[in-house]
Amino acid sequence: MMGARVVTITSGKGGVGKTTVTANLSVALAMRGQRVVAIDADIGLRNLDVMLGLENRIVYDLVDVVEGRCRLRQALVRDKRLENLFLLPAAQTRDKSAVRIEDMVRVCEELRESFDFLLIDSPAGIEHGFRTALAPADEVLIVTNPEVAAVRDADRVIGLLEAEGKGPARLIINRLKPDLVRRGDMLDTAAVIELLAIDLIGIIPEDEAVITAANTGRPVAFSDNSLAGREFHNIARRLLGEEVPFAPLKEPGFLERLFRRILE
Amino acid sequence: MKLLEKLRHREPPSGEVAQERLRLILAHDRASISPGLLEVLKDEIIAVISRHIPIDPEGVQVTFTEGPRVHRLVADIPLRSRPRGWRE
Repeated sequence: MMGARVVTITSGKGGVGKTTVTANLSVALAMRGQRVVAIDADIGLRNLDVMLGLENRIVYDLVDVVEGRCRLRQALVRDKRLENLFLLPAAQTRDKSAVRIEDMVRVCEELRESFDFLLIDSPAGIEHGFRTALAPADEVLIVTNPEVAAVRDADRVIGLLEAEGKGPARLIINRLKPDLVRRGDMLDTAAVIELLAIDLIGIIPEDEAVITAANTGRPVAFSDNSLAGREFHNIARRLLGEEVPFAPLKEPGFLERLFRRILE
Repeated sequence: MKLLEKLRHREPPSGEVAQERLRLILAHDRASISPGLLEVLKDEIIAVISRHIPIDPEGVQVTFTEGPRVHRLVADIPLRSRPRGWRE
């Protein structure tokens, strides 16, 4: 297969951070010189434009392309901060049936030639919109939170991917709270991996910077000074084939820091 | 650790509870077998087996065990007593 890698980001459950992950990985990959299109496949509930801070620059959208009102190139919104990052927005006023599976496949085939990565932000659920987002995928990233409902839905999605022969899927654990894990009050990474029997590609700690980034439309991956931002860059590096060790899952406690200082 | 918890009558941390619940939920989801169906299976197994061997219906347990992506149905069926003339 020539050209871009098509990576679909999905989760089953809503609200786990798919759009945040898509926006940040798009930024991180573009900062690493990759030509990236972030595609919002959540027709009727578009949000990727807002996460990327590009909502005021949309003229045409995916449905306009599919229905022939504009050329594909005209619908791509170029990011003002990174010249090799583009957004293909979803329509806000239509429903999910406006884009058929074959439409999405055709759009991606056309984009493949000119880009390195197409990141597709899937809608929540496992119905038509999910299947549409999945159809053109070469790779799948599953986003989950370390909690019962999110892990359960992730498992359902993994089962569907296996049935469709899509994969290999890799897992992003989002919004992990190291403090809670340390107290034993949150599922830890090892438990989630064991339950889901899937490869891990990243762990994003809960980070207030993600909220302020969503407020301003400037994803945390743009800068180096948040924990979450650094982890998004680590995932981008792993996607590009680099071996990046996983950061220690627990922040060192006071005694451990003291011992380390003495040993050094 | 487990012993200490028992001595102090302490609840296991909620992360562990989550893990245990998920183990069961995923086993049921993956096999598309609801806890309700398990109960039905259990009743029918009891009916069939006790036609041939005296069993303790109260002690019968039908459960899932699972390894990575493989699940099995386990029926634990205690016999009531050794029938006369039973040969080892």
